[in-house]
Amino acid sequence: MRNAVGAVDTVLLLGGRSEIGLAIAERLVRGGARRVVLAAREATGGRGLAGEAERLRAAGAAEVHPVEFDAADTAGHEAVVAEAVKLVGDLDAVVDAFGVLGEQAAFEADPAAAAAAAAATFTGHVSADLAVAARLREQGHGTLVVLSSVAGVRVRRANFVYGAAKAGLDGLAQGLGDALHGTGARVMVVRPGYVPTKMSAHVSAAPFPASAREVADAVAAGLRRGAETVWVPGVLRYVFAGMRVLPRSVWRRLPR
Amino acid sequence: MRTQRRLLTGWGRTAPTSATVARPRTAAEAAALLKQAGPGRGAIPRGLGRSYGDAAQCAGGLVLDTAELAPGFRLDQEAGTVTAAAGTSLAELMERLLPHGRFLPVTPGTRQVTVGGAIAADIHGKNHHADSSFGAHVRWLRLVTPDGAERTVGPDRDPGLFWATVGGMGLTGVITEAEFAVVPVETSAVRVDTDRTADLDEALAVMTATDHRYHHTVCWIDLLATGRATGRGVLTRGRHARAAELPARLRRDPLRFRDRSAAAVPPRVPPGLLNTWSVRTFNAAYYARAPRRERDRITGVGPFFHPLDAVRDWNRLYGPAGLVQYQFAVPFGAEPVLRGIVSRLAAVGAPSFLAVLKRFGPGTPAPLSFPRPGWTLALDLPADLPGLARLLTSFDERVLEAGGALYLAKDSRAAPAAIRAMYPRLDEWREVRARVDPDGALTSDLARRLEL
Repeated sequence: MRNAVGAVDTVLLLGGRSEIGLAIAERLVRGGARRVVLAAREATGGRGLAGEAERLRAAGAAEVHPVEFDAADTAGHEAVVAEAVKLVGDLDAVVDAFGVLGEQAAFEADPAAAAAAAAATFTGHVSADLAVAARLREQGHGTLVVLSSVAGVRVRRANFVYGAAKAGLDGLAQGLGDALHGTGARVMVVRPGYVPTKMSAHVSAAPFPASAREVADAVAAGLRRGAETVWVPGVLRYVFAGMRVLPRSVWRRLPR
Repeated sequence: MRTQRRLLTGWGRTAPTSATVARPRTAAEAAALLKQAGPGRGAIPRGLGRSYGDAAQCAGGLVLDTAELAPGFRLDQEAGTVTAAAGTSLAELMERLLPHGRFLPVTPGTRQVTVGGAIAADIHGKNHHADSSFGAHVRWLRLVTPDGAERTVGPDRDPGLFWATVGGMGLTGVITEAEFAVVPVETSAVRVDTDRTADLDEALAVMTATDHRYHHTVCWIDLLATGRATGRGVLTRGRHARAAELPARLRRDPLRFRDRSAAAVPPRVPPGLLNTWSVRTFNAAYYARAPRRERDRITGVGPFFHPLDAVRDWNRLYGPAGLVQYQFAVPFGAEPVLRGIVSRLAAVGAPSFLAVLKRFGPGTPAPLSFPRPGWTLALDLPADLPGLARLLTSFDERVLEAGGALYLAKDSRAAPAAIRAMYPRLDEWREVRARVDPDGALTSDLARRLEL
């Protein structure tokens, strides 16, 4: 159960290797969460999640369970959620952090690869988030934290495949949040700006960056006040209020 | 029976969860509901929702609102007892008892609690040092357990189950009615002595020296005063007034009492209204306005016993984030812990304006009952106060080390391990609970969170 000061007991991380996702999980563990489920591809075989699990245990988690999860296997997502519930009981916080950034130039050269990446960044979330929402509705509480991006707030020339997928995800999360209103379950949409991680190593730095840890702190603060939308850093809310109304002719000339 | 899916919180308005709310009118209806809840996500009874945390909510499950439970009210003047349905509020009882010259044995800081809730939380009042808690005055109660049985239990009839139900937070069954002692009074007024206390040590000393002379005592503490004034307060001590002590104007109708509040807080209050600055101003004014020393003032039951009822929906003052109540008890001899917590709150400027200090007397045999001989401090803080979680966790450790405990009816954020250590008789209580509820049909958000 989430307590009065925003701490949770159980966490399901969809995207068990996501740097931002792990930072959030670690932050929630430091705030009192004791049981974590890490869902990712090759969770048990192959690459495994030993390092990730160790990091959470070092932060104080009593249990870390790896669970097999493939974003592309949309038919299997309900079963993943059911398995997580079997392992830790009620899901107090679910962090939806999977997806791929990719390279815009490569996408434009290989439409099929672009479609596959867009599927991982959007389509897989439709089934996963709906499965999570059904569970949260049934248990009458819980927060689904969806990692959106400012890239989806207004899609840019420089990364429009990724941006379009994130725009879809952002819309999905908002709609789901409205659908769950009054059920005790909630959705929190997180919109970070540029976060330097392994995934974004090939992208040049942008103004108003945030570290994975800052995203995690913002999510924890959002859980405490029951926020619906969290921008990281917070100033991006106002930056993008301006960006949204920039004329198209200016917008398309933005350097990145 | 009408049922409704609703979002519920405790009085602190934090951590809402949704449940199906049903209003059983008979014990049989309550039994049927419990049976139905068993295989699902469980059920919990709820009265007026005055527990501050998550004691009377059951996420995804069933909440049995006791408001319509029959039968009503029987006063036995000879035995000095009353029998009332579990959903009856103490406010209603006072309205019905006072004309007969009777009063409740124990009343907390609000009269907007039910008989069922009073037993389930084993509530205490300003007279705890003299009269113990509510459970000590209960003769018997009727309990619907998840096996469908309706049992009558008391201190002499299945005492194990009775004492597990007293302070059991509704987790042993649904209380449908209870008989308890009521005390004779001549008037609805109280005779009060008021003294300002310059610091915490003076309050502790005066209460220790004089509590035996007063039936009711409590000390409001200004938690924002710092330096030499740390822990300064206003001590009020009193007893029910005799008819002859009333001024002529009140003597015509000495038992007059009406349940009403002077003011109410609007439904929406901006966040941050209660901050260090505004509460410091309020506390300083409250302290300055209190008489330095006043004797034998005649006042009403409401202003003396129920300061929390003076302003309706006062919990809304904390804005959308809600409030966290923190109430702990430490044994006599642990005064340094009490002093340490008060100084720390003053040092961080924690904006608390309803902090009260009370001296507890002997407790009841109930394994989960909170009051025990020693000192108790209750305070409330905005739930969104930065650093609140860590601050209160550090207090938990001090309280635990001193052999103290937190009050389950107020808790909304403690860790299961802390509660387990504070209530060493938890396993004994669990055994009784397992006897009447082997499948765990009764559960609440509190029980889930604290793994009771």
